[in-house]
Amino acid sequence: MHSHAHADTPHREGYDFAHPFPVAGLLAVFVALTVLTILTVYQASFDLGNWDIALTMFIATIKATLVMLFFMHLAFDKPFNLIIFLSSFVFVALFITFTLTDARLNAYALEPEVDEPPVPRVIGPLDIGKEDPESLQVEPAETEPAAATD
Amino acid sequence: MATTESLPEIDESHGHGHDHDHDHPAFLAHHFDTPEQQFDSGKLGMWLFLVTEILFFSGLFCAYAIFRANNPEVFVGCSEFLNTKLGAINTGVLLFSSLTMAWAVRCAQTEEFSKLTGLLAATLSCAMVFLGVKSIEYSHKWDLGLLPPKFYSFHPDNPHPEGISPYLIYMALPFAIGLVGLVAWYFYSRSSKNEFAMAVAKPLIVVFAFFFVGIGLGMILESGEGHDDHHASAHHDDALHAEGHGSDAEFVAGGVAPFVPARGTTGEKSVLRRLAEDETNTGIRSDLAARDRQGVTAGQGVVARGSEIAAPITGVETEINTRSRAGVFFGIYYVMTGIHAIHILCGIGVLIWLLVRSVRRDFNRQYFGPVDYVGLYWHIVDLIWIYLFPLLYLIR
Repeated sequence: MHSHAHADTPHREGYDFAHPFPVAGLLAVFVALTVLTILTVYQASFDLGNWDIALTMFIATIKATLVMLFFMHLAFDKPFNLIIFLSSFVFVALFITFTLTDARLNAYALEPEVDEPPVPRVIGPLDIGKEDPESLQVEPAETEPAAATD
Repeated sequence: MATTESLPEIDESHGHGHDHDHDHPAFLAHHFDTPEQQFDSGKLGMWLFLVTEILFFSGLFCAYAIFRANNPEVFVGCSEFLNTKLGAINTGVLLFSSLTMAWAVRCAQTEEFSKLTGLLAATLSCAMVFLGVKSIEYSHKWDLGLLPPKFYSFHPDNPHPEGISPYLIYMALPFAIGLVGLVAWYFYSRSSKNEFAMAVAKPLIVVFAFFFVGIGLGMILESGEGHDDHHASAHHDDALHAEGHGSDAEFVAGGVAPFVPARGTTGEKSVLRRLAEDETNTGIRSDLAARDRQGVTAGQGVVARGSEIAAPITGVETEINTRSRAGVFFGIYYVMTGIHAIHILCGIGVLIWLLVRSVRRDFNRQYFGPVDYVGLYWHIVDLIWIYLFPLLYLIR
């Protein structure tokens, strides 16, 4: 009922703020996103070496920008919302780049040098949780200290 | 007596408000002046929440980046286990759900009520298809033993799972119960002539049924890939050993590059090393240091075959199929996709809430905030998947 109550005041300040995005625009953005997805799957079948990750991330960023600008209305939204959102990426960039600068320093702490592949199992997949945790330990646990004393 | 003096004024404004009913519509909270102010405040809050979401997921992406920087060959090998077709289908489904969601926001603004309900149901159905496909992916991997480090038990000789995976049944059970419950609710509300409950139950039955459409879709595509099961497992095995796997590729992962007896071999390097023992041979010393640095770089990145970079750990077969390597990859995979799937589940929850309110016709062109905010959340979930898909499924 109240949805009709405002029908007589179309130009009141603070009441007429909805800006529906045209359907054609929505469909165009969706088509662009689909084409870019097909493109990124297609380019994965080519080997571009180090450029692989850069290109996939570039395509993903184009897709993300399309979603942000049009589906999330940031293109016509109040700029403050955009500033807030983009500021998060500044901190993400700081966080990831600074952590990655010394990622190699921790490489050996993160993973043991001696690690053996799992043995073929004779039990069903549902018994995994029931396995004795001791038997799950990597076998060369005894050889490792010996190697350290050498 | 200031209060009594001001009383008539208050009364007057109060009366004024009553004369014009639209001054305080039912949907406008009393502490807001206008619907626009209410909408903008809610939206600002939603954006702040989305910022915390981005920061939250950045921690996962950081873990991914560190492990990938340290073990590029593990990612190449393990990515073979992720079905690109299923990932691509899910990407398309999520993109389509983003379209229907954005369209639903438009319908709320233009007050097309039945279309709004339909589009919300379409968004929910896509979310269900996504989860259905995901449950096929998960159950298939759990059957194979491709699990986080503690439970990682993949071995090419493992007995091959037959029939429907028990994990799939566990994952589908809540949705099956939900579907049965909704059908029962629909018939109950029909017998009690509750039009509203019927109007809510009908689209939700379709939505829950779409989970099983997703399972069917996933099964078809998964079996399509595993049609030649023997070949597939041999291929996986090859991928995990990574040795010789690169021989048919033009580029090979540096960490597992087969020994290339070209220029700059270790033999040459040992000669250089002996020469460099002489303090005066500074040129050779710096040359050797440069070659060592190259070796370290080669251990991290991807190098072209036949280039001047020698494989740094020549002769050492890098075994990927271990708990601390493939296991950690799948740990990262499950945490990233699993938390994303939890976000999808939360999205399903709030979308059902929107659907009920949409059937109740709560929204209009001055009050479409909830649809818009849920839309923003839904798009951020889509946004994260846009990055997850190439990072996990499209590695070579």
